[in-house]
Amino acid sequence: MRIPPAVSQRLAVVAMWTATAVTMGILLFIIAYVLAQGLPYLTWEFLSASPRSMGREGGVLPMIVGTLWVAGLAVLVSGPVGVATAIYLTEYTREGRLTSAIRFGADCLAGIPSIIFGLFGFVFFVITLGLGFSILSGALTLAIMVLPTVIRTSEEAIRAVPPAYRDVSYALGSTRWQMVTRVVLRSALPGIGTGIVLAVGRSISETAALMLTAGSALGLPRSVFQSSRTLALHFYILAREGLSMEKAYATASALIIAILVINLAAYWLMRRFVAKVG
Amino acid sequence: MKREKIIAAVLMVLALSALSSLAIITAFIFKEGLPIVAKVGIGRFIFSSDWYPLEGEFGIFPMIVGSLAVTAGAMVIGVTLGLGCAVLLTQFCPPRMVAVIKPSIELLAGIPSVVYGFIGVVILVPLIRDTLGGPGLSVLAASIVLGVMILPTVTSISIDALRAVPRAYREGSIALGATEWQTTHMVVLKAARSGIVAAVILGMGRAIGETMAVIMVAGNTLELPHSILDPVRTLTSNIALEMGYAAGDHRQALFATGVVLFVVIMALNMLALTVSRRRTRRGRA
Repeated sequence: MRIPPAVSQRLAVVAMWTATAVTMGILLFIIAYVLAQGLPYLTWEFLSASPRSMGREGGVLPMIVGTLWVAGLAVLVSGPVGVATAIYLTEYTREGRLTSAIRFGADCLAGIPSIIFGLFGFVFFVITLGLGFSILSGALTLAIMVLPTVIRTSEEAIRAVPPAYRDVSYALGSTRWQMVTRVVLRSALPGIGTGIVLAVGRSISETAALMLTAGSALGLPRSVFQSSRTLALHFYILAREGLSMEKAYATASALIIAILVINLAAYWLMRRFVAKVG
Repeated sequence: MKREKIIAAVLMVLALSALSSLAIITAFIFKEGLPIVAKVGIGRFIFSSDWYPLEGEFGIFPMIVGSLAVTAGAMVIGVTLGLGCAVLLTQFCPPRMVAVIKPSIELLAGIPSVVYGFIGVVILVPLIRDTLGGPGLSVLAASIVLGVMILPTVTSISIDALRAVPRAYREGSIALGATEWQTTHMVVLKAARSGIVAAVILGMGRAIGETMAVIMVAGNTLELPHSILDPVRTLTSNIALEMGYAAGDHRQALFATGVVLFVVIMALNMLALTVSRRRTRRGRA
């Protein structure tokens, strides 16, 4: 029996709306559930105190500091390198073997799972370079991991700058570098910012790679050569070892709020960029 | 002029860092992992079910099966939901709603994997245990959690592919009297096929590579699963669970597990790249 076209259209639309509704439902449920369970325990004291008895008591200040260090350093390294790559690919060379090789490298890097980055960071930064389990080892591992995100978003942002801007800049007698820094980068900045913000988000969420590189020390880190446990890893340890559900939920809420803020910032930057370059 | 040349050279060196990182990662993972594979023998390493690191028995067959099982399950869920969202957002949904739904799906990609794993443990695992039986920590639980986690990847790449289909295809089909759905599945989906295949392959790579969420919900036993309600251990969980205390041959065997994972992921990456490159070439012609 053939289904009449009008009926199949209805069925398909209902099926797709269901899929989308389920997806949105899952998202809302995760956020609402974690916040409902965790917000009551997410106090100022929790955020500003150090953990006691392995995290059963006290707060998460050292983990917040550690997370900021790791994410900040990772972006400090991957940001300039990623933007430089994007500038090179768009402004300084023609499409050819070299550009496809660079793109191939970035695409493959984007697909490598974080546990492999963890293994690599462990054997390369922790052992071979002798950095030990430290903020620096973790940050450098993450820098490589988020590099493709920065490259791709920066490249898209730079390509979206209208060619006429470049022509005008050249017509006024600027060199290529002046044109890039004063015209192209200035217009592309919010778009590049989106990529950087997303890279920060990925760094904050990361667990597997950091477990094998930054270690899980509980103390307040005094330098980048010390081991430090990030918020996400702390949450994992609290939940998995059943140390304290209250603290686990509170930590998860802090993570979710951070991710919400970061995604909103990325979204806002992107809209500004679209409004500017159009 | 000399200054410009220096700038160009510096930019090129920095631009090569992604490629050189990939090379260094490959070199180090293989260098650490291959010796033990050579010692045990590749056949035994891959097809033996005995993983007793302390006695020098390194067989990862159950973990390979575990990874494949949870990935297959994740594909069913992630592709169904992800493709549904992508088609709805590009073909049927008013732009106003797209502006709400698309960022939400991107947000789903930002949620840390440990949070997914945790929700899986506190909600999904007890639910499966009470309604379907078994320990709850299972292939099924891992598949559902992974399916949701790969959904944003599948959706956003499929959306790009669907949006790249020329408007004229769609308009031509509608003008011939086809309904919107007939147009979608006979014309638009067919034209976007290679991009959607690439989205599915990359989603598969995500699922095989995910670690923390799977550790929390899959149960991590070393036996071959007989049903989707049995617990399993994946390649990724094996590495993360034992890396903390492994030394010597044991540590090398974990790196070798990483080599297997790496080879599978690179094969999937290449496949996705070839598939989507074919699309762009055809698109240009």
